[in-house]
Amino acid sequence: MSNSDFTRTLGSGIHPGFDRGKALFTRIHLDLLLVILLLVLCLAGLLILYTGSGRDTHMLVRQAVHMGIGLLGMGLAAQLPPRFYQMIAPWAYLLALVALISVLIAGVGAKGAQRWLALPGLPRFQPSELVKLILPLTVAWYMARRPVPPHITDLLKASGLIVIPTILILKQPDLGTSLLISASGLLVLFFAGMAWKLIGSLIAIVSACAPLMWFFVMHDYQKQRVLTFLNPESDPLGSGWNIIQSKTAIGSGGIEGKGFMQGTQSQLEFLPESHTDFIIAVLAEELGLIGVLLLLVLYFLIIFRCLVLSSRSETLFGRLLAGSLSVTFFIYVFVNIGMVSGILPVVGVPLPLVSYGGTSVVSLMTAFGLIMSMAIHQKR
Amino acid sequence: MWEHSFRDKSAEVKLFRSRAAILGLIIFALLGVLVWRMAYLQITLYEKYQNLSENNRIKIQPLPPKRGLIYDRNGELLAENVPSYSLTLVPERVRNMEDTLNFIDDMIGISERDREQLERRLELRRRPYEPVVLRHQLTEVEIAKVMVNRVYLPGVDVEAQLVRHYPQGETFAHVLGYVGRINQREQNHLDTDIDTKRRYSATQYIGKQGIEKRYESDLHGEPGYQKVETNARGRILRVLEQSDPTPGQDLTLHLDSRLQRLAQQQLANHRGALVAIEVKTGGILSLYSNPGFDPNLFVTGISHTDYNALRDNPDLPLFDRAIRGRYPPASTLKPFIGIGVTDLGVTSWSRTIFDTGSFMLENSSRVYRDWKRQGHGEVNLERAIVESCDVYFYDAAVRAGIDKLDPFLAQFGFGQNLAIDVDNAFSGLLPGREWKRKHYKASWYAGDTVNLGIGQGYMQVTPLQLATATALMANRGKWVAPRLLSAHSGQHEAIDESEAQDIKLNNEDNWDHMFEAMRKVISSPHGTARVLQKHLEFSIAGKTGTAQVVGIKQDEEYDSDALRERLRDHALFIAFAPVEDPQIAIAVVVENGESAGRTAAPIAQSVINLYLSGSTGE
Repeated sequence: MSNSDFTRTLGSGIHPGFDRGKALFTRIHLDLLLVILLLVLCLAGLLILYTGSGRDTHMLVRQAVHMGIGLLGMGLAAQLPPRFYQMIAPWAYLLALVALISVLIAGVGAKGAQRWLALPGLPRFQPSELVKLILPLTVAWYMARRPVPPHITDLLKASGLIVIPTILILKQPDLGTSLLISASGLLVLFFAGMAWKLIGSLIAIVSACAPLMWFFVMHDYQKQRVLTFLNPESDPLGSGWNIIQSKTAIGSGGIEGKGFMQGTQSQLEFLPESHTDFIIAVLAEELGLIGVLLLLVLYFLIIFRCLVLSSRSETLFGRLLAGSLSVTFFIYVFVNIGMVSGILPVVGVPLPLVSYGGTSVVSLMTAFGLIMSMAIHQKR
Repeated sequence: MWEHSFRDKSAEVKLFRSRAAILGLIIFALLGVLVWRMAYLQITLYEKYQNLSENNRIKIQPLPPKRGLIYDRNGELLAENVPSYSLTLVPERVRNMEDTLNFIDDMIGISERDREQLERRLELRRRPYEPVVLRHQLTEVEIAKVMVNRVYLPGVDVEAQLVRHYPQGETFAHVLGYVGRINQREQNHLDTDIDTKRRYSATQYIGKQGIEKRYESDLHGEPGYQKVETNARGRILRVLEQSDPTPGQDLTLHLDSRLQRLAQQQLANHRGALVAIEVKTGGILSLYSNPGFDPNLFVTGISHTDYNALRDNPDLPLFDRAIRGRYPPASTLKPFIGIGVTDLGVTSWSRTIFDTGSFMLENSSRVYRDWKRQGHGEVNLERAIVESCDVYFYDAAVRAGIDKLDPFLAQFGFGQNLAIDVDNAFSGLLPGREWKRKHYKASWYAGDTVNLGIGQGYMQVTPLQLATATALMANRGKWVAPRLLSAHSGQHEAIDESEAQDIKLNNEDNWDHMFEAMRKVISSPHGTARVLQKHLEFSIAGKTGTAQVVGIKQDEEYDSDALRERLRDHALFIAFAPVEDPQIAIAVVVENGESAGRTAAPIAQSVINLYLSGSTGE
């Protein structure tokens, strides 16, 4: 492997103090390097949020609280052994299906989509967020019980596990999340060693089905988003506004940017959703290409570290789950930045740990906790 | 789970690592795609987006000029600009539109019409975060209520602008006219010329009627410009550069508010009009039509209810009788015919006729009656004016003939609109052979001349024309065209010589004779306006007129009591004073006023008295 030197550097301490800290962290089932990288990302996220929200300190504090809760969730998730997750996987899956069905029957939401579940005594939450963790967990649980590389029958059964929640979420309707969730399940199959021939056929089938989706699955507003993506100038004040303004923000930032909190597109409110989905445009405008590159490097390091940790997991279950969660994290990053910069259609995907939003922050941090649990718990 | 232990563990890990490495490479490649995309936007297209973002942020805004003010001759303000406040909504910021509207409704009230208009405006294409007007003309109390509750009303704001206001309301409604929002047709017209398009780029209102329309280009002013930094909602954050607008010119009119108000008071219970002209300058002192309307209603857009009420009112308040009312001049024409027939040598001041109460043309059986059934007996021209003898004028007109009368009367401005700056005035109708052939395809009969002799028949005049002719008479034929405008921005307009020719009489003494005859209309015990003697402060020369509304058939008894009020005769009166050195000429028409001496003449007298007794103010 060409990058094995780099792996060694990232994987081993180079400083005695760092070694001691690392040992301490290992005892509480955390990976020091990943935690540091995540803390840096959180801090950067808070700074970008501060300027992206128009210096809204209330929002900043709330997001910091979300991150605190997320870190707690991460720590907690890391303490539980992989065996525990393996044990609860099927039950969690059933619970998730019940929640998804309840959303369709009694969910609440806005703009024609039912995504939220309001249970008495619990804060309002989106069951689909839970599924983002539960689906890879369940598929990993299933595949870990099967021989490796998997037989086609096992893959088909696993696909069934993926398809059911995907369709339920598609019905809400939430095309973006359903695609991301099915991707997280498919990644498990990929890591499990799905044959290349099968992967090739799957890609062929999906490409063939795409036009059918247009006619039978997609809602008008979803089609509109795709049309706008293809030609935003067709409706510059309507649905094209967001993407035109975000590209303007990014492009006008240039290499060095207009300066922190000096972005005219974001500070003068031309850029919509500048604290949530479109926040990368704020960074690109104010800190330029340099800022974007730094953030991308940070994301790359995190994902790379996660993949390293995944491969260190002692169990197949752990490797499959951690690997899938790591790559899913990258997909979020890619889809969000791709959408804001205009190479992908607009789907509601936040930029991980930078966009404002409690559910997303907590579920992402919990996922990192899971990855660390898989990697660091020793088999007894 | 124990089955795992039987597996080839190292092979599993190897498989996972190779798959992870492949995905790692893909991830690396995709990150490369993102970097390429960002670099493409931020380096290759940098200038394009830099421009777009600057154009977003920086706007060149035209600033509307302040419209010129309008004053009367005494410096009293007739039209001003006052701040008006509108309630606006930014729909994107309003959390719950229905609740917000209900809250505002409870607080200051919104009409169904406001709601409908809001819905219509919301459906129109607009930029996100652009404010939409919900209500115009907030009172101070309403503004205070909105401001106090603003915390509960995100997206709701109050915006100020200057709007036209007419402090004297109805009194000057017709003559001043009003401004209103520029409509689509006017906008298209303004857009045809690059210069007017530029001048009106920030303007919302334009003169629609009267002086406001006539002097629109003077009142409007020149727009200024500012370079501003705005946010996405168009809210101005900083002014980067500014050039101030040039306000429009202030206008001073010849109109006299005191006379105008008195005319309004005096005509209060009538339909009618009054026009008074300063003889020496041609300045129009008063131009009033009753009933009027409140011009302020039209400025920000009149409601349907208000407009329908005005339109459907049988008294036609929107109709400017002073310049567009068409009345037969009736006996008020007699002095002009009288001057004509003497000067043409058809008759003389000493010649008499014997009036038996009726007049017949040769070879015709038709009988033309005098208003006095038994006739006036032996009458000369002076007595014919004083007592308004019809038969004398039947006879005189026929003697002169239409071919001589017609051009003579035209010299007094009948059949034309000669006022310099009263647009939209009806030109009146001076009938003649040519005119009759064109409009009736018939030749002019001697009987038509008979009718013309007493100002009946085809002839039509407006009160403005009557006053103009009277002023010309008072000025002994020297033309000073009537005008409203006295000064632009304090600079007095030169009295330009009008195109109309002065009237040169063969014998100038005829003016004096006619002045004397018209004075006796008031001072003689037989004068038709002798009622004015009671309040006579200044010597007045005048002439009454009674215009028939329906034709009275021959031998039919004229019984005014039996006729409905609206079929009663119109009462007309023209006058000038003082006779020795005429300063003011006036014409009054009271529709269905029946008796000119009792209704129209006292109104004219009160205006004359006020003008002559204190021309320097109250």
